[in-house]
Amino acid sequence: MELSGSQIVIEELKANGVEIAFGIPGGAIMPFYDELNKSKFPHILTRHEQGATHMADGYARVTGKVAAVVTTSGPGATNIITGLCNAKMDSVPLIAITGQVSSPTIGTDAFQEADTYGCTIPVTKHNWLIKDPREIQRVMREAIRVATTGRPGPVVVDFPKDIQVAMAEYNPRSPAAIAPTADPISYTPEPDTKAIDRLIDEIGRAERPVILAGSGIVKAGASAELAEFARRSEIPVINTLLGLGGFPGSDPLFLGMPGMHGTAYANLALCECDLLINLGGRFDDRVTGKISSFAVGATIVHVDIDAAELGKRVVTDIPILADVRDALIMLNAHVKKKNRKGWLTKIESWKRDYPLQYDRDGSIKPQYVIEQIQEVSGGNGIYVSGVGQHQMWAAQFIRFNEPNSWVSSGGLGTMGFGLPAAIGAKVGRPNKETWLIDGDGSFSMSLVELATAATYNIPVKIAILNNTYLGMVRQWQELFFDKRYSHVHYPTNPDFAKIAEGYGVRGFDITDVDQVRSTLEQAAEINGPVVMNFHVNQEENVWPMVPSGAGNDEMQLGPKDAKKLR
Amino acid sequence: MRQVFSILVNNHAGVLSHVSGLFARRGYNIESIAAGPTEDKEVTRIMIVAFGEEDKLEQIARQLRKLYDVREVNQLSYNRSVTRELVLVTVTADSEKRAEVLQIANAFGASVVNISDFSVTLEASGNDHRTRILIKALEKYGISNMARTGMIALPFDGMSEDWEPLA
Repeated sequence: MELSGSQIVIEELKANGVEIAFGIPGGAIMPFYDELNKSKFPHILTRHEQGATHMADGYARVTGKVAAVVTTSGPGATNIITGLCNAKMDSVPLIAITGQVSSPTIGTDAFQEADTYGCTIPVTKHNWLIKDPREIQRVMREAIRVATTGRPGPVVVDFPKDIQVAMAEYNPRSPAAIAPTADPISYTPEPDTKAIDRLIDEIGRAERPVILAGSGIVKAGASAELAEFARRSEIPVINTLLGLGGFPGSDPLFLGMPGMHGTAYANLALCECDLLINLGGRFDDRVTGKISSFAVGATIVHVDIDAAELGKRVVTDIPILADVRDALIMLNAHVKKKNRKGWLTKIESWKRDYPLQYDRDGSIKPQYVIEQIQEVSGGNGIYVSGVGQHQMWAAQFIRFNEPNSWVSSGGLGTMGFGLPAAIGAKVGRPNKETWLIDGDGSFSMSLVELATAATYNIPVKIAILNNTYLGMVRQWQELFFDKRYSHVHYPTNPDFAKIAEGYGVRGFDITDVDQVRSTLEQAAEINGPVVMNFHVNQEENVWPMVPSGAGNDEMQLGPKDAKKLR
Repeated sequence: MRQVFSILVNNHAGVLSHVSGLFARRGYNIESIAAGPTEDKEVTRIMIVAFGEEDKLEQIARQLRKLYDVREVNQLSYNRSVTRELVLVTVTADSEKRAEVLQIANAFGASVVNISDFSVTLEASGNDHRTRILIKALEKYGISNMARTGMIALPFDGMSEDWEPLA
């Protein structure tokens, strides 16, 4: 049958498991939107294209499914650069369909023309500019395959307006012709059995092993396999920021997060281990601290699906190129129980000596609000954050018990990610209570999407930990710039509760610590989005902390206690 | 360390941007780049000469393999492959110096493509070593213009183990 280019794109989205689009129409994408409407393809109209990308991102992180982002040419396309980069850094699949000016006018600086192809090369896994309607079927199949296989990531299909209306023969059952490519883009290598055997040997020999589990565990759906592996071999587990939820936070073997704002016991375990098993993490600089003092003397094992990550930052003794779930299944078939009482006892004593803690002084402490959110939600919700101090507190104080329940911008650290990501997450898993923990600075960057939450009645519960500062930057200025505060204060923040009401969203203003719990309980009962503006202690800092560029062994535990950990 | 990357890519528009952009954004310097068709019309070969520490060069190769339109990346070692570059060079040489320049050209098997009252333009090809010596020899006369294709290379047959495909 003959279909228009737009119709073929929609057919291929449906055929390849894409169930929803987030976007905003404009001149160069109008024929596509016309077909989108006719085909009744589910679509959420956002208020900013960047918001659309973060929604698709949050959706993918909680469902494992890929969503489409649709924008017009020029500014519509350039507005998604941050969202694409964010998804690329955190290996999140999404497919962006961007309108482009008509083929004959490309390169003439036409109205709303931008070099979307050129602009998006560095922020996508791959991108395409469609030049012929007969290519669409192949490109769409390739695009979705590239986005979702191997190490996932975002892709862009740039779609000129004339191609959107051009007709082409379409056969939904025609076999997918895939261009030849080097293997790593999408294939899953078999774990090397020799390396697995070596690892089994090392585990048998190790006195002080530790597992560092990254977001690869969550993406590979390997949480159950990880739990089995850790418990059978009695090896404690550290979760990276994005790996949180990949191992139950309530398990006695769980050590929390490592690195800059990790727990003291996780960092001590990294410093003193003799075997470090990194499962699906990428040794980010926020995790390792100064490389020369990272896991010194330990045998380092790294399992990753991306060959380029093996040996990229940390010299690895046993690199294993594999889907981490496959590797864990092989490990579980062979790993033996070993008594590690001495090591586990030592870790227990660190947990007792250096717990995560904060002072209660009658003000609203941000950590307290987060603990209360955890209690009110029963720990079974989906938790989303912006970027900054509140993000670190959320990562520290929420006990994540299941995978895909934590949505946070890790690699890029994108302020403004929270609200749209929470909307996307709630759309993806409507039966899960979705809590956004945000900062006033982060929230301000994308609060326009409150309109989207209101329009579609997407019941996200938004807790703003409002300290009237760009808190993380303020903390750094306090600690590393001798309290020379430079442009970090928002003394005239708007009344966020009133702003919410203006958008038709329930708003609460909380100034008293005694109102925290009752407000959260009330919010949980409301069938719709809610904004809670918590006026939290303004000078609270995130502890512990490894100063930038220092080793994890130089961690500072708190303000009064500026002594190093060891 | 200096290395020649022989990169086989799908012959699509935009591929060169992906490849060269990767070098730029990851902070790797390209010394020369040459691209051209291969025996297969759907495949282009891009030859890139880059400098760096061994682990950096290894990282480049691994990042290159992640590019969608890249089919194959080989890291060629200098001593086990044939490398060639074409150089066009215009040397300042009036009638007095011309004979000397032509003598040098002759010694290097370079051919003369143009002679004017004040210059000689030569065409030379050879491996890296040879072209470098030639250019050095010509520099003292004054080089007014030079164009180089960048290095291309193929491994010596029968020494295929030196293609060094990466683990």
